[in-house]
Amino acid sequence: MKSATTETDKARWERETLQPALAQSPERAASFTTISLRPVDRLYAPDDLRDIDYGRHINHPGVFPYTRGIHPTGYRGKLWTMRQFAGFGTPEETNERYKQLLRAGGTGLSVAFDLPTLMGRDPDHALSLGEVGKCGVSIVSLADMERLFDGIALGDVTTSMTINSPAAMIFAMYLVVAEKQGADWRTLSGTIQNDILKEFIAQKEFIYPPRPSMRIITDIFAFCSKEVPRWNTISVSGYHIREAGATALQELAFTLRDGIEYVQYGIEAGLEVDDFVPRISFFFNAHSDFFEEIAKYRAARKIWAEVMRDRFGARQERAWKLRFHSQTAGVSLTAQQPYNNVIRTALQALSAILGGTNSLHTNSLDEALALPTAEAATLALRTQQIIAHETGVANVVDPLGGSYFVEQLTREMEEGALKYFESIDRMGGMVEAIEHGYPQREIAESAYRFQQAVERGDKVIVGVNDYVAEEDAPIPTLYIDETVAQRQIDRVETLRRERDHDKVSRALDALRRAATGRDNIMYPLVEATRAYATLGEMCDALRDVWGEYEEVPSI
Amino acid sequence: MRKIRVVIAKPGLDGHDRGAKVIARALRDAGMEVIYTGLRQTPEQIVGAALQEDADAIGLSILSGAHNHICPRVMQLLKEHRLDDVLVVVGGIIPDVDVPKLKQMGIAAVFLPGSPMQEIVDFINRHVRSRVENI
Repeated sequence: MKSATTETDKARWERETLQPALAQSPERAASFTTISLRPVDRLYAPDDLRDIDYGRHINHPGVFPYTRGIHPTGYRGKLWTMRQFAGFGTPEETNERYKQLLRAGGTGLSVAFDLPTLMGRDPDHALSLGEVGKCGVSIVSLADMERLFDGIALGDVTTSMTINSPAAMIFAMYLVVAEKQGADWRTLSGTIQNDILKEFIAQKEFIYPPRPSMRIITDIFAFCSKEVPRWNTISVSGYHIREAGATALQELAFTLRDGIEYVQYGIEAGLEVDDFVPRISFFFNAHSDFFEEIAKYRAARKIWAEVMRDRFGARQERAWKLRFHSQTAGVSLTAQQPYNNVIRTALQALSAILGGTNSLHTNSLDEALALPTAEAATLALRTQQIIAHETGVANVVDPLGGSYFVEQLTREMEEGALKYFESIDRMGGMVEAIEHGYPQREIAESAYRFQQAVERGDKVIVGVNDYVAEEDAPIPTLYIDETVAQRQIDRVETLRRERDHDKVSRALDALRRAATGRDNIMYPLVEATRAYATLGEMCDALRDVWGEYEEVPSI
Repeated sequence: MRKIRVVIAKPGLDGHDRGAKVIARALRDAGMEVIYTGLRQTPEQIVGAALQEDADAIGLSILSGAHNHICPRVMQLLKEHRLDDVLVVVGGIIPDVDVPKLKQMGIAAVFLPGSPMQEIVDFINRHVRSRVENI
């Protein structure tokens, strides 16, 4: 403790008020930590914020560095987009789910693809065995994409597609469907995830090695700034990094550092920062530790604004503003007492909203067991609507701004992230860090430490390691039957018989040539899509040129 | 007595390896020899690893819903290679209705989300101990 002459107000409170109280009744634990095992103090007070300058570090919403949000009016102008991620089985089944979500008041679409699609394999490939239509919708060719969006005007909705290694191919299919519907590419809006770095780091759905994978991304940047200027070319994702076991800080740091890497590669490919950076968006996890999450989002906006302006010299405000989607934490859902998941999701959603998310997906209560049923998906959407319209939290911009705790935690998150940037910069960049296995090891370590904390009982998960029920009443779940695979296999066989073979092989040859040289691969991909080349064929053409990436297994 | 040898494998196209890695570390910290195969292993590769590594147990981590295709194939290949005595356990997202089917084909245990690491360690210790002692 400091001497009496320089004693702060907080120190005096600790001596005069706190110590006698602690002497009478001790606290519940010797120390308290967030879900990321970050220690938190008992109390935050004006003393903690003495060296924070409001105008420079926080500032009003809509003003650099956007700590309090990118819109001056917060959600008073426009609520966040309620974008529910969905996809399963055949394109027709998923199309029906989309129409139901739009009827229920959903304001954007978000496509979940099955694993063969995510890995660029046709349903009749040996590795697709047992996986077709299971974790998302199966999309094999332009024909499936036409079925997926049948009766949905792509000029009027915004669509987010969670696709990474084959993002360019799936995007080409989307563009051709839009074109066939008569929509103008220049007015189309939506997002492709297209974030390959987090695949190497966490989700592990990679096809090509890191460097050609980065080239695909810069080709997409260049193509979109010319042809589809309102499209969000990448959604730099911390979601999967967090789900893989990262702490909130690691999620923040690795995601933003990935974003920096994409900007760096874009510049090296000859693009102008102010042209392509405004189309970069982000995707964060909304986990259970309420204030830590809010601080994470606020820190993310501040860091990005400063890095874009000061490190990359971006001059346009649009390039400084970090926009992000968020999704509640799938990993927090429990198979035990599944109705508890509704509460978890609601609280996580609230943190994302108080952190200023621009769009949000809320998970369904049954997702620790299977993909959601229609009823569970509707309830998840209702959760957002109740927060938006009944709680009043959307009526004031950044209502937690100025909270001693939130501002201090925001600052700590920022400082921690900048330290990670330094380590990664020293390795030569994120691609190099990944090649060394650095973020992968950091995340695996955090995952193990958290699991140990749960088993020791340091972290309570209601219904799992405490408040356990004798037996859970079963809840209805969605079951994907095996006929989906056969139907998709039959379809691709028919397609291969009926289409113009010469046209397909000419288009695939052109694709190989572009990949071998330096031409933008998006143009030959659009041509191959128009010829009804399958996703597997397009991905194979690039496998011929670039080979496949194999991760060295380590624990 | 030699250490219990466990192959931890990720079959199928799924890349979610958090569970597999956490369990691999827990088994290793419990004194077992753990061989982690890495991602996207075919049943042939997994059984090949078990054979080559003289494994006492195989742990399959499956979250994508492909278990009804992968598990029977692994069990069949084990039989063909006379490795019927290798203990096979599965962890991941497995619908309740599928659990009895997996047990019927010889999977010794299915560990669903929320299973404590210690429970898995104890199960393997209990069920392969006798085999290890015979060697």
